[in-house]
Amino acid sequence: MDKYETHESDVLVIGAGGAGLRAAIESSAQGARTALVCKSLLGKAHTVMAEGGIAAALANVDAEDDWRVHFHDTMAGGKMLNNWRMAELHAKEAPDRVYELERWGAVFDRTGDGKILQRAFGGHRYKRLSHVGDRTGLEMIRTLQDKGVHQGIDIYMECTITRLLKDGDRITGAFGYWRESGRYVVFKSKAVVLATGGIGKSYKITSNSWEYTGDGHAMAYEAGAELIDMEFVQFHPTGMVWPPGVRGLLVTEAVRGEGGILRNSKGERFMFKYLPEANKKDFAESDEEARRWVDEVLAGKKPTVRRPPELSTRDNVARSIYTEVKEGRGSPHGGVFLDISYQPAERVKKKLPSMYHQFLELADVDITKEPMEVGPTCHYSMGGVRVDADSGASTVPGLFACGEVSGGMHGGNRLGGNSLSDLVVFGRRAGLGAADYAKSAPSPRPDGREIEEAASIVSAPFDRPDGESPYDIQRDLQTAMSEFVGIFRTEADLEEGLRRIETLKARAKTVGVAEGTRLYNPGWHLALDLKNLLIVSEAIARAALLRKESRGAHSRLDHPKTDSHFGKVNLAVRNVGERMEVRETPLLEMPAELKKVYDEVETPKAVKVP
Amino acid sequence: MPEQRSFRVFRGDAGGGQMKEYTVETGPGMVVLDAVHQIQATQAPDLAVRWNCKAAKCGSCSAEVNGKPKLMCKTRLDDLPADRPVEVRPMRTFPLIKDLVTDVSWNYEVNKKIPPFTPKPNGEWRWMQEDVDRVQEFRKCIECFLCQNVCHVLREHQKQPEFFGPRFFVRLAALEMHPMDAADRLDLTHRQSGVGYCNITKCCTEVCPEDIHITDNAIIPLKERVVDRFYDPVRRLLRKLFRR
Ligand SMILES: Cc1cc2nc3c(=O)[nH]c(=O)nc-3n(C[C@H](O)[C@H](O)[C@H](O)COP(=O)(O)OP(=O)(O)OC[C@H]3O[C@@H](n4cnc5c(N)ncnc54)[C@H](O)[C@@H]3O)c2cc1C
Ligand code: SF4
Ligand code: SF4
Ligand code: FES
Repeated sequence: MDKYETHESDVLVIGAGGAGLRAAIESSAQGARTALVCKSLLGKAHTVMAEGGIAAALANVDAEDDWRVHFHDTMAGGKMLNNWRMAELHAKEAPDRVYELERWGAVFDRTGDGKILQRAFGGHRYKRLSHVGDRTGLEMIRTLQDKGVHQGIDIYMECTITRLLKDGDRITGAFGYWRESGRYVVFKSKAVVLATGGIGKSYKITSNSWEYTGDGHAMAYEAGAELIDMEFVQFHPTGMVWPPGVRGLLVTEAVRGEGGILRNSKGERFMFKYLPEANKKDFAESDEEARRWVDEVLAGKKPTVRRPPELSTRDNVARSIYTEVKEGRGSPHGGVFLDISYQPAERVKKKLPSMYHQFLELADVDITKEPMEVGPTCHYSMGGVRVDADSGASTVPGLFACGEVSGGMHGGNRLGGNSLSDLVVFGRRAGLGAADYAKSAPSPRPDGREIEEAASIVSAPFDRPDGESPYDIQRDLQTAMSEFVGIFRTEADLEEGLRRIETLKARAKTVGVAEGTRLYNPGWHLALDLKNLLIVSEAIARAALLRKESRGAHSRLDHPKTDSHFGKVNLAVRNVGERMEVRETPLLEMPAELKKVYDEVETPKAVKVP
Repeated sequence: MPEQRSFRVFRGDAGGGQMKEYTVETGPGMVVLDAVHQIQATQAPDLAVRWNCKAAKCGSCSAEVNGKPKLMCKTRLDDLPADRPVEVRPMRTFPLIKDLVTDVSWNYEVNKKIPPFTPKPNGEWRWMQEDVDRVQEFRKCIECFLCQNVCHVLREHQKQPEFFGPRFFVRLAALEMHPMDAADRLDLTHRQSGVGYCNITKCCTEVCPEDIHITDNAIIPLKERVVDRFYDPVRRLLRKLFRR
């Protein structure tokens, strides 16, 4: 085979978004020799696109907030399927991580008395999201990046990992190629932290970039790790719907957090009628009450009335919009209207600058004067590698995971803002866990044959110059997933989806590189990503088929109710002898003390508007 | 009938290359990056291009469109003259890797030379929004390196080793003006960053997709601070005496 270069480390972190950077910083601070690889240039990972904010109960704006309420909201939002320990650690540690970012140079927006400002978001009882206008992710990734580069971490950019290497049961490194030259590279490492993000490129309409092909999910699966909650894919309610080129691009939830109103083509504020019975009482019941909430918040006062219905959780708002459009009350381009134009133009530009520019420049819409058109877009994977809450360890020795590629923290539905905080809380913990593990792990010893096998898979598409176009296969997969494994699911559809995936798996084996060499060849790169996309797509469809109920982000038209049996289990996906196995595994039992904490967080009283 | 437009895209690598013609089916609101993706999916699967966000947030898709440095994801076809082909070339200041992809690693090396944020040991972490508005302006930078690409000190005079370039003056200024930063980077600014080479042509400011006032708000104040410290001992002394 071709020659390859080798690098050695104690801890190899795959992925340089918020989670990977935070993990690498921690691991190297523990004295472990740390390497960090990413597919794009440093600072371009998905985290850079995050807009609305990072959730942490700092209680700077609403003094009543504390970790208990954040814990309660996260579990309630996740429909109690969350790993309770992760939700607990997350709620308790997020404030420290936010202050830590500030100590490392992040500059958050301020309150009137000079503290970190917080804004409202769906599913969060109190104003909880620290933010920088609508470019919070940029602030976070730049802060971590600048901290990281001065810490002696070895950084490898534009390098794609295609396989985890094992020595017996344990992880011993990873194999990949340089995107620029197409040359192979082997990372020998005692421990590996996966921080590769999500899976959005399985779907046609998505807020996610080319990077989100589920690489980490698929590599962990192939290495024998367990994936959980894969049926829960978050469709963000508000993506752009027009013009076609930007379809799916995210419209931050901060628009609703700042008072944005959703209306259908008849001008109805439809969210009032979709509030779930269970927490209807938390929300305003009239236009007047909702408007008063916004007025009070804008005036910097503590609201005396309940939140607007637009701040319901994402799963619910996405389904509501989908239903409105399906029933013929949509906007001209197949979405609904989201309106913030009733607020002073200067305020909108200050609080939502990138939304203002995004719509003005890409859609010819001035959001300070007219409503936006929005519709659901595939956004986030709640499912991922099953990890130990405290250390980020997966079920494979030496393999750790954090950030979007890990599962458990968000259960059946993630609350907005809870991802950025997840990245830093569990990025740090995974970095600690991996560095600690590496202390007593044997020297890495990758197996030459495994490396050769990995290399031959990577070079195979070059042997088929007349093979199928990877772009066509990806497009057909996206169509199948959007049609049959989308927001609303049925058994018949899911089975059809799985049939199509099988056909696509066969086609993917014939994919070829029609043009170009190994030098920076996107067609080749995509050909290699297809395998990962197909694995995660199959996992989503199989788990969705097995969960015969509707809960959180998973809605079955043929099983529209929640089923208490499924409230007690996570679905776990495993590779068993080249077959994908999905099975029920019992939820972790929440300790009595924490149950008490959950129950004690009382629901707010209804307030009538005079 | 969908409309069509012709494109001329640079194809080649460090060994050489040429402009190649492509015809693209256009639709409403289409941007240059959409066209490049269409070419990739249907005509040239190996066409190399960087992108991530498609929303002017990541700074990956920088190129020269009809000779002007632009983010391709933000450049609308209907803003470009319809009577001639759209020309897309890689940034010229950086070494070519392939097609529209250039080697921007030099920028990451420069960044490493700048001492990171260093908090004051016991300050109070409270400040007013007005105090950080300007720092936040600088922190909007998405590292598209278009300003680096256009600055004549780098583009024409290749002062790469001695000149950090506008992007890093923005970074230096952001650190300098941070209310809680304690490190001193003025010596570095004066002796290593090459800020003296900048003759305030403002070309960098003009191309910045984030509308950062690079010259007025970052470079000129940095130059003033350097002058204050290194060339004007009287002013410096007075300032010291009457400080707060
Ligand atoms: C538009 C948008 C807005 C959002 N807004 C918010 C918000 O306001 N608040 C919030 O909490 N969350 C938000 N989210 C969600 C949140 O941003 C993401 O979930 C989070 O940033 C994921 O971070 P990560 O560190 O797990 O992965 P990423 O930041 O995506 O990083 C993944 C890294 O893995 C690398 N990688 C992947 N595969 C490989 C491979 N095979 N080899 C080598 N490297 C690889 C990539 O190159 C990249 O560096 C938003 C998401 C989007 C898309
Ligand atoms: S103003 Fe200075 S830094 Fe900017 S382009 Fe001109 S010379 Fe370069
Ligand atoms: S300062 Fe502006 S032009 Fe320069 S890299 Fe940053 S965003 Fe790009
Ligand atoms: S793709 Fe991110 S700036 Fe253009």
